Amino acid sequence: MTSITADLGPIIESGFFTSSPVHVGLIVGGIVAVVSAAVGTFTIIRGQSFAGHALSDIGTAGGSAALLAGVPTLYGFVAMNLAAAGTMELIGIRRPRGRDLATGIVLGASLGLAALFLYLDTTYSNTTGATVNVLFGSIFTISGSTVPVIAVLGVAALTAMVVLYRPLLLSSVSYELAAARGVPVRLVGIGYLAALAIAVSLSAVTIGAILSTALLIGPAATALRLTKRAGTAIAVAAIIGVVATWLGILLAYDTAAWSGQGQGWPVSFCIVAVVFAFYLAVSLSTRHRPSAITTPSAVIADMTH
Amino acid sequence: MTADTLRPVSGPPDSSAFVLSVEGISVVLGRRTVLDRVSFTIAPGSFTGLIGTNGAGKTTLLRAILGLLPVSAGRVRFAGDKRSRRNSAIGYVPQKIALEPDMPLRARDLVSLGYDGHRFGVGLRSKERTESVDQMLDAVNATGFADSRIGNLSGGEQQRVMIAHALVSRPQLLLLDEPLANLDISSGREVVDLLARIASEQHISVLLSAHDMNPLLPVMDRIIYLAGGRAASGTTDEVVSAETLSGLYGAPVDVIRTHGRVLVVAGRGSGEILAGSPDPLAGLG
Repeated sequence: MTSITADLGPIIESGFFTSSPVHVGLIVGGIVAVVSAAVGTFTIIRGQSFAGHALSDIGTAGGSAALLAGVPTLYGFVAMNLAAAGTMELIGIRRPRGRDLATGIVLGASLGLAALFLYLDTTYSNTTGATVNVLFGSIFTISGSTVPVIAVLGVAALTAMVVLYRPLLLSSVSYELAAARGVPVRLVGIGYLAALAIAVSLSAVTIGAILSTALLIGPAATALRLTKRAGTAIAVAAIIGVVATWLGILLAYDTAAWSGQGQGWPVSFCIVAVVFAFYLAVSLSTRHRPSAITTPSAVIADMTH
Repeated sequence: MTADTLRPVSGPPDSSAFVLSVEGISVVLGRRTVLDRVSFTIAPGSFTGLIGTNGAGKTTLLRAILGLLPVSAGRVRFAGDKRSRRNSAIGYVPQKIALEPDMPLRARDLVSLGYDGHRFGVGLRSKERTESVDQMLDAVNATGFADSRIGNLSGGEQQRVMIAHALVSRPQLLLLDEPLANLDISSGREVVDLLARIASEQHISVLLSAHDMNPLLPVMDRIIYLAGGRAASGTTDEVVSAETLSGLYGAPVDVIRTHGRVLVVAGRGSGEILAGSPDPLAGLG
């Protein structure tokens, strides 16, 4: 055992497996990556990546307000994102054109609030690094007491995705088709937006509000290049997300140990960097292999069009 | 002239045998009356063409039948007359669905969604579902590309998969909105032949909208001709006549039959073509 630990020494710095912030980080990172994978795959399928990214920016208003009120930022993110998702649905996220409009209006208003709250955070309360914490997060600063809350929210979002899976897929193919089959399309859309709001909030506490889209879209986009089926894509995205998050945490821990002064690279940067590396690697390796996703007839159709 | 003077040419419908009975429905969108007291019935196992120019109200009529639009007058009845049966009694193929190449669905998965996609939950694989899906893929000659991504298929292939999707739930009536609009002539003919075969083999009624009636002439049992929000229905010979269509358009109309094709032209020298492809090569296909 000792020899293995010694061999891994340069890769996994000592103390990694005994550090409490690392434990919390690995657990939270795992939950968040799985939720983001399930929700993010549908975000891409439904063409709502902009709404997903907007929600993460919108969440900064909630996160900064929570700091001002002295409660965990997670609560601020969740409350703000659910409210924003509801407003976007009311304004008209169902129509493709109305969708961007609704998102833009809510996004603009929220960023104004965020500017106010962050200003108040840094000016009138002594929350040092409030801006950096809300915008870029740090998985190592999550307190152990919020882990159960994160787990409950994660399970709720995943349950919603399991229940909504088939009608959501059908209405993603065609809203009209699903409605004609008797699917309560509006209700299904609202349920999905609520799951998206939770996923983005969880992602925001993990890697920061600004970066949370990376975890939502990155692994799912990578998985969609590798598989032909929605279910498989979610599973692959979950694996990529968990591996990327854990590798990012390890990288941040190691860089801190290597520097000798405990000043490593920001963990959010490390996670996002690994996610992006996955995407890049998969993109490059599948680019010249059209047979993986096309059929001969499709290639001929492409040529004749 | 009011719509009351324009009864279905074939007289009152035989109410004993229909899968769908549209009874004097009107649809108002905004301030425009898109459909004005439209009536017709669809008999079991029949092939009906819904013909009209762009903007004549074909899509509106199909959406009203599906219950996606409220009707301001009249009613839509189905065999058995239970409103709740509507969703399972009708298969629907909407006009141009954007099936992006990155949509993670195989042709097989899309057909599977037709089987149980309206139900909640992930839907575990069942023997019945797999068999129904395989059967339907075979019926539309899609077995060869069943495992390809739907977004990578050609327009004609996608159309066949959509038909399988609509039929796998075993409806009595299949509604198709302009299924030939984006297809070349040979793919279009393939789809029409396929639908005619399915209608007769599986005893499913087909109601198909198109702006050109000519590709449907060999297979159409009945025609519903929409113009100015009103409809005339009956056999092709009954409806596509100068007399009936002049009444429908409220203006003189000529019907020209040449080389087995039909052309509807505005009369009195205007010569505007109202229905039927003017493309002389279309008949050569």
